[in-house]
Amino acid sequence: MSTTAEAEPRTDVAPVAKRKSTRSRVRQRTSLASQGEPAVWLLGGSLIVSLVMIAGLLGIVFFQGFFTFWPDSLTSFELTDGRVLMGEVRASEDFEPDPTFLAGLPEADRARIDSELVSTEGTARRRLLRTGNFDLTGNHFNWVSDYEIATESEPEWAVIVERLTWGRFYGTPVAFRIDGESVATEPALVWAEFERHHDPSVERFDRRRELETEDIGVVNHRLERGRLDLRRVELQHGLDSAAWRSANEDFLRLEAEASAEFAQIQGEIAALNEENERYELVLSTSDGSEKSLFPAEIVRAFPANQLSITDKIGVYISRWIEFLVADPREANSEGGVFPAIFGTVVMTLLMTIVVVPFGVLSALYLREYAKQGLIVSAVRIAVNNLAGVPSIVFGVFGLGFFCYLVGGGIDELFFSAKLPNPTFGTGGVMWASLTLALLTLPVVIVATEESLSAVPNSMREGSYACGATKWQTIRRIVLPRAAPGIMTGAILAIARGAGEVAPLMLVGAVKLAPELPLDGVFPFVHAERSFMHLGFHIFDLGFQSQNSEAAKPMVYTTTLLLIAIIVALNLLAIWGRARLRRRFHGNSI
Amino acid sequence: METRSEPAPAIENESRDVLQPQPRRSSVNKNPESSRPSSAGSGASGRIPGGGSIVESDVREGGLFESISKGATFDTVVHEGVETANPALEIKRLQLWYGDTKALHEVSMPAPHGKVTALIGPSGCGKSTLLRCVNRMNDLIDGVRIEGDMLLNGDSIYATGVDVIELRKRIGMVFQKPNPFPMSIFENVVYSLRIDGVRDRTELEEVNERSLRNAGLWDEVKDRLDSSALALSGGQQQRLCIARAIAAEPEVLLLDEPCSALDPIATGRIEELIDDLKGEYSILMVTHNMQQASRASDYTAFMYLGRLVEYGPTDEIFLQPRLKETEDYVTGRFG
Repeated sequence: MSTTAEAEPRTDVAPVAKRKSTRSRVRQRTSLASQGEPAVWLLGGSLIVSLVMIAGLLGIVFFQGFFTFWPDSLTSFELTDGRVLMGEVRASEDFEPDPTFLAGLPEADRARIDSELVSTEGTARRRLLRTGNFDLTGNHFNWVSDYEIATESEPEWAVIVERLTWGRFYGTPVAFRIDGESVATEPALVWAEFERHHDPSVERFDRRRELETEDIGVVNHRLERGRLDLRRVELQHGLDSAAWRSANEDFLRLEAEASAEFAQIQGEIAALNEENERYELVLSTSDGSEKSLFPAEIVRAFPANQLSITDKIGVYISRWIEFLVADPREANSEGGVFPAIFGTVVMTLLMTIVVVPFGVLSALYLREYAKQGLIVSAVRIAVNNLAGVPSIVFGVFGLGFFCYLVGGGIDELFFSAKLPNPTFGTGGVMWASLTLALLTLPVVIVATEESLSAVPNSMREGSYACGATKWQTIRRIVLPRAAPGIMTGAILAIARGAGEVAPLMLVGAVKLAPELPLDGVFPFVHAERSFMHLGFHIFDLGFQSQNSEAAKPMVYTTTLLLIAIIVALNLLAIWGRARLRRRFHGNSI
Repeated sequence: METRSEPAPAIENESRDVLQPQPRRSSVNKNPESSRPSSAGSGASGRIPGGGSIVESDVREGGLFESISKGATFDTVVHEGVETANPALEIKRLQLWYGDTKALHEVSMPAPHGKVTALIGPSGCGKSTLLRCVNRMNDLIDGVRIEGDMLLNGDSIYATGVDVIELRKRIGMVFQKPNPFPMSIFENVVYSLRIDGVRDRTELEEVNERSLRNAGLWDEVKDRLDSSALALSGGQQQRLCIARAIAAEPEVLLLDEPCSALDPIATGRIEELIDDLKGEYSILMVTHNMQQASRASDYTAFMYLGRLVEYGPTDEIFLQPRLKETEDYVTGRFG
């Protein structure tokens, strides 16, 4: 370069020739490929495709999930064959009517329908009407094509009643009875009466349920413990021994006490029932039949076509609250998912508590202590590949190892009195957590190893130079510095674990758990109990429900909720990580 | 890097002139594979005055550096001005191998008490390796083999049965890049006390303040002792590392190019600090910066390819070096 720079005079032949050659190289346009333009398009395109897929999925879930609980208005269809159907319109679609369907329509409309079909190229609209009243009609939904409809209206006093059993009821109020006497017959007055008596009835009903589940549960629990004590004595001293006889006497006394308590509780329940059965709301359905309902068994009822926007928001919120805090009913397709939320959170937290220490300790040994070589590489590859094993395999392993082998062993040792009924020897929240901990272990190990190797060697050397031992260095320097990275591993593990369903079906997640894994009965945490899980709940709603059309919106809502819970758990972990980072990395991050 | 500014004969002559009057030398060459003809048979040749051996055998062919790079041995030129009684650290014929590569060749030198001794030399000459031998940091590296010994105030460092952890507590070290720990300023300073299990808050605070004051950092950080050390500037971080190193009141302080990652102003402060600390601490310092060595140190050792070439009071090394090679290096003509 310096020679060309020094060659000032342009008259000199050789330098000019040289300059020409360099100049021609400069003029050449940089090729498209070397500029990386196609690569940029490729990268951007891939990102957009991924984003569109994720956004589309989330969009569907959010849209459907958020609108599930929005109260629809009630539409009444008078059909050409004289039937009247009333319900909520849940869907609308174009379909191609087949000849047999057309043949079923009245002769008079045939010509008009045929000409319309020609203009719409053979497609027609039909709407899915949720007609409810399953106890009277035997179905929940009806398809109604436009050709069948004579008139369409939104009756003023059509009410939606959400019942504890038999699904929704649609009708118009005709009377309110107390002790069999009608106190009102005008719809508005009937409704006022109903609203006056609804809340007290529900309170009585709740009290009854409390008596049934908790008080009777406590007595049952005591009785069960007495029975187990007796059985233990029997196993120890043999039947008809002196010890057994005295234990048997104790037990009989306990039984007598318990049955007295049962009788008292039953009496209370009967009184509450009697009071509740005094009130009746009589509704007439669209086909003219009448049905009387007890207000106590009504969760929520409202005249759908009279609601203002604030009323609708009220109904929407109250449905969300019920969804979040209540127990499921109607084979999970109605009511709340609180046990599933609870089960999911408890299981995920247990899993995190197990997997993080184990993963961190393993990674510490692998990275800090083990002599790097063939064996360590093999272990590392094995750990990484563990992440690729199908999760159902972990489920099978969990069932075989944790539930049957470990749990069975625990039962033999500590719960022999209860056998052959398993205590720990069956699926439970603890075994599910351990199984998922195993499943997410590679995630934690890999993340921890990476964060450990990212700790600058200069820090370790500084610590050694201060006279710290290896363990002191790890504990005081390496681990705190690697903590944010370890938290990242925990976050990934939570996301993976909370969304996993397949292995849970084998190791303890059930469709409907009778009791929560955490309650007020000693020892409060019941790790052996089976539990409900949102992921499994989604599967159950979507594929195992009898009333799948009604359950479909709930699938979206439950999915939304599961995503929200995972995001919440992640945010918690991210917040913790941010705090750690601030503490250990100064202001630089 | 191996540029020689003068032809070989000139070096020979000049070297001879410089070396002739030299009265004493350290580091005996006892290498059996020695190719040096002149000193054959004289076991104590290292203590015989005169550097004739180098000149006669190797330098003739192409200078001292070339003979070193060919693997020839030679004796260190030690100026008579070096204090040898009661050194804080005495290095005795230390040799070190990284696997099969020999990185230090029979290095012997005393580091006087309460003085700053600078190690200079081109990259890869083994200054840092030598420094890291003092607190046995090289033990952490696989495949390092060490022969010879060092004495820390008379106690052997490489004898069998030495507790390395206890040894390191007697030696402070500051690294090339500031390496504060991911914790608060306070915890950084009292780290060595913490690992000794000191819990007494007053003692910790006392040590903290004294160390930070000695490191000239107290006024800047006294109001934010609990904030992260990583939020400090580079120069402050390095002074924090010095405070951390002197918190344990070490017998020797090792500085491994403490200013190479710092700007001139921060460097100036560190140099002032070194000046303040000497007397109280015996400092062994590696530096790439000639000016720094000349300003901050009392003694200077010039190393080349794993050999200690010349060692003497800093003034003499910089103003009247006895070897042509040293002069070339300190004046910047080479390296």
